[in-house]
Amino acid sequence: MSLRDRLTAGSFAVTAEISPPRGASTDPVTATAALLRDWVDAVNVTDNQGSNVRLASWAGSLAALQAGLEPVMQMTCRDRNRIALQSDLLGASALGIRNILVMTGDHPKFGDHPEAKPVFDLDSVQLLWTLRHMRDQGAVLTGRALKPPPDCFLGAVENPSAPPAEFRAERLGKKIAAGAQFVQTQFVFDVAAFAQWMTQVRDLGLHEQCYILPGVGAVRSRNALDYMRDKVPGVYVPDDVYRRLRAVPADQTAAEGARLAAETIQQLSAIEGVAGVHLLVAGNEQAVPGILDSAGIWAGVRAERHGR
Amino acid sequence: MTARPPIPAHPRLGTRLAYRLQRVLRPRPGLRWISARIEASGLARPLFTATERLTKDTLFGCRMCGQCALPVTGYVCPMGCPKELRNGPCGGVGADGGCEVYPERRCVWVEAFERAASQGRTADLQLLHLPIDHRRWGESSWLNYWQGRDEDLWTHPAGDTGDDRHVPHHHPALGGS
Repeated sequence: MSLRDRLTAGSFAVTAEISPPRGASTDPVTATAALLRDWVDAVNVTDNQGSNVRLASWAGSLAALQAGLEPVMQMTCRDRNRIALQSDLLGASALGIRNILVMTGDHPKFGDHPEAKPVFDLDSVQLLWTLRHMRDQGAVLTGRALKPPPDCFLGAVENPSAPPAEFRAERLGKKIAAGAQFVQTQFVFDVAAFAQWMTQVRDLGLHEQCYILPGVGAVRSRNALDYMRDKVPGVYVPDDVYRRLRAVPADQTAAEGARLAAETIQQLSAIEGVAGVHLLVAGNEQAVPGILDSAGIWAGVRAERHGR
Repeated sequence: MTARPPIPAHPRLGTRLAYRLQRVLRPRPGLRWISARIEASGLARPLFTATERLTKDTLFGCRMCGQCALPVTGYVCPMGCPKELRNGPCGGVGADGGCEVYPERRCVWVEAFERAASQGRTADLQLLHLPIDHRRWGESSWLNYWQGRDEDLWTHPAGDTGDDRHVPHHHPALGGS
């Protein structure tokens, strides 16, 4: 069952993020897809994550698809102008890649080529709008017809905890108006703050127009915890979560991080309007089965096998 | 394309005064007539454009994209955002409201929200801004505004769920026909 069908059917969906390798081989993607295939509904393939050069998102997505796991191809506005972005949608659709996740993208300053020209020809709202227009109107942005038009299921991202907090739900509304059909969020470590954002989302009726999948991470080590808290733009680790993960011996951090992730998933799944979760576990994919097992979540092939 | 990289600028013009000036300077027959005369003159046009550049650079850190969004962004220039985002903030805003790229400066959208909210204008921030026309960098946006060429820069999202009829995708500024 595809991600779109599963969400449309109202079943709890699970997606996970993987980053393609820095190298000219899709083998690592194939191996990760084999590991996750039975556990998640779809896998996000990042687009030069953190502004670091990696194997192209479309190639990683194709490799996942061929390994039997549905991809969500991530597309940022950082590196390509409107011509290249529209061309990439046509290519992805032709190759059978249906799910596209649109985001602004990190600034080049943070990656391995800080001297690169930041493109940002379109912003994420404009890109969503452009892709929806291509699909629904069967034409490029300036009107020339597409034969055949692309088929796609369009996703957006949101960061509920970033300022201005009062504007974040409305910003999701803009993305939905532009074409977003599902949304995956930045890491949620503060469930109470997320629940508050969801109240605003429900007040605007947005949970009925778009499937919402909050992002859940599994902290692997104390270093990763500090890095996430201090260095990753837009990630907020509340003090109680930080203290909890620091309280266990260093060699237990990963286990405690996985427990916290499982508990977070359970709490999030109880919030009205949450359609699934997005596991931000790139580089730590082997933790996924354990987390989903202890959270009692059935997704992907596993759910179909067990009739869930 | 642009002379200077985008850097968030704190506006030097108070919010209330900016909205008052907006009422005075909105397109009307007199201004349309004057702007047409200025445009037609080989001397007045560059002088006027240079004056606009100096004024708006001083007040808003303007980079002369030629398609001014200030009237609907709380008079904070979104082209000062390092990602030039015209539809709202990215996800990298710091907990203190700092820009992801220049943490010592405030995110232009945090400031835009505060300024728009202070005048009851947050509805402006829901407008969907179309992709800009990069051929228009360096043009006078005041002349474009008074000549009515800026009317398709943004559209209201209400009812915009699949129906593109009122969305000016094909307007000339986008290179369409």
